[in-house]
Amino acid sequence: MLEIRWHSRAGQGAVTGAKGLADVVSTTGKEVQAFAFYGSAKRGAAMTAYNRVDDKPIMNHEKFMHPDYVLVIDPALVYTADITAHDTDETVYIITTHMNTEDLVASQPKLEGKKIHTVDCIKIAQETIGKPIPNTPMLGALMKISEMYEIDFFKDSMIRVLSKLPQKIVDANMVAIQRAYDEVQ
Amino acid sequence: MAFDKMELRDIEVWDGNFAAAQAMRQAQIDVVAAYPITPSTPIVEGYAKFLADGYVEGEFVMVESEHAAMSGCIGAAAAGGRVATATSSQGFALMVETLYQSSGMRLPIVLNVVNRALAAPLNVNGDHSDMYLGRDSGWIQLDAYSPQEAYDLNFIAFKVSEDHDVRLPCMVHQDGFMTSHTAQGVKTFTDDVAYGFVGEYKPMNDMLDLDHPVTHGVQTEEDWHFEHKARQHNDLMTKVMPKIQEVFDAFEELSGRKYNIVEKYDMDDADVAVVCMGTSVETAREVAKEMRADGIKAGVVGIRVLRPYPFAEIIEALKDIKAIAALDRSSPNGAPGMLFNELAGALFNTDSKAALSGYVYGLGGRDLTKAHLVDLYKELQANADAGKVLTPLQQFIGVRGPKLAYL
Repeated sequence: MLEIRWHSRAGQGAVTGAKGLADVVSTTGKEVQAFAFYGSAKRGAAMTAYNRVDDKPIMNHEKFMHPDYVLVIDPALVYTADITAHDTDETVYIITTHMNTEDLVASQPKLEGKKIHTVDCIKIAQETIGKPIPNTPMLGALMKISEMYEIDFFKDSMIRVLSKLPQKIVDANMVAIQRAYDEVQ
Repeated sequence: MAFDKMELRDIEVWDGNFAAAQAMRQAQIDVVAAYPITPSTPIVEGYAKFLADGYVEGEFVMVESEHAAMSGCIGAAAAGGRVATATSSQGFALMVETLYQSSGMRLPIVLNVVNRALAAPLNVNGDHSDMYLGRDSGWIQLDAYSPQEAYDLNFIAFKVSEDHDVRLPCMVHQDGFMTSHTAQGVKTFTDDVAYGFVGEYKPMNDMLDLDHPVTHGVQTEEDWHFEHKARQHNDLMTKVMPKIQEVFDAFEELSGRKYNIVEKYDMDDADVAVVCMGTSVETAREVAKEMRADGIKAGVVGIRVLRPYPFAEIIEALKDIKAIAALDRSSPNGAPGMLFNELAGALFNTDSKAALSGYVYGLGGRDLTKAHLVDLYKELQANADAGKVLTPLQQFIGVRGPKLAYL
């Protein structure tokens, strides 16, 4: 069982990102689960979203998890949300920030000694998609760090997942995914 | 047919709401009258979009409240159409008066209820308060534990409800957010296979059959009211379960997916059992398997058909069990929980010597964790070893503050 927790603000696309990831993983024959905890359900409020992936049907419906990956797509949540909740020594973090990993850890001491990767998904999204929606670039970064799938397979799959969007937006998302894949540290 | 078919992959990643909306599209409903409420809104929103995009031939009626939504469904069903809608929580509560109208008028309407807590305090998350509120309303109630089941049970609901021996409305329940907003793999039918299973709608006593005039919604008073209610109850007690079983069998033949009136998991040699509904059944199944590694012979019983109440099937499922936990996700507000009472009622005149204890859990969407269930199974094993309930009969799981226990 692979377990992923997203930290986001409502409106930044964590739910869409989690469901998009589940959709792609499902096409490879694995069982998936994607859900979210909305909290106060207001745009801009801190929220969490979750993915589970397994080879057998997923029965567990608890929100509680010891995440294998923590994906933080809003930079400020490093300081205001409990992003290290129930982590393990093996938990891998991918955090959206304009800082490099060293400066980020210095700014948030509770990340000291953890497996931290950084990438500026907000900047990438603004420069490619034109909006600060950092969900798809985070998935590009996840593909690099987790080596879950080849990036070309993943991008082809995401073209299908995003197929309801205008072509220009789909193309921009593909550039964003590739950039985050290349730039994550 | 004057609408487009939709190409679906064999497995789609859908949440419970979208799975229900797709089933409503594939059943080709004539009329949906709906008023939106979290967390069920995406079901009727989805249907409305399918309609606007030309995938359904039907009518979407926007109304000013849930009371009006069910009233609209009643009118359309009495006129002779296939009718469905969806609601949750406060909306369901506002619908209650009309729920009794629709079942009393013997109108086969399908209502997707995305289970949510009832205020106050206001809460949009999943518990079973609304499902429990509906249990005396004369409707059939089916409970889904996952998006796949929300999809499947919609087809089953139409087929049971619309049968001319049954003609009773049917609710399909799923857990708010835990199923409705959780995306999982759903094995799909093609549009033709799905519609072929549900079949063309054959109205009975429809008002638009002008050659055979009928009256709906009559006043009967003392001289006939009791006979009507008794007949409705009789049909729920004698005709509905065999029909449900027949439709479950036909569904298994079509899909390979087997549903049971009472679901039993690891019960063949079980000493202790948890009885519950919704997503909790699946989480408990996983924990029950893990308990066996610790030497506890744990099983799970899931209530698939809440109404009519599966009295005989419950007795059969629990006959050799030494300790039983009844898990109620609704505040009983001054009584033992519904499941506790109904299990006790079923087992009382039998040879069962089971130690039966009740638990209230998960109100307002509070997480039921695997750790909670591990503790629960250990408590049940202690009861089984002692041959009696060692705790108070009613306890709370997962509530903060001092431990609450009664009776």
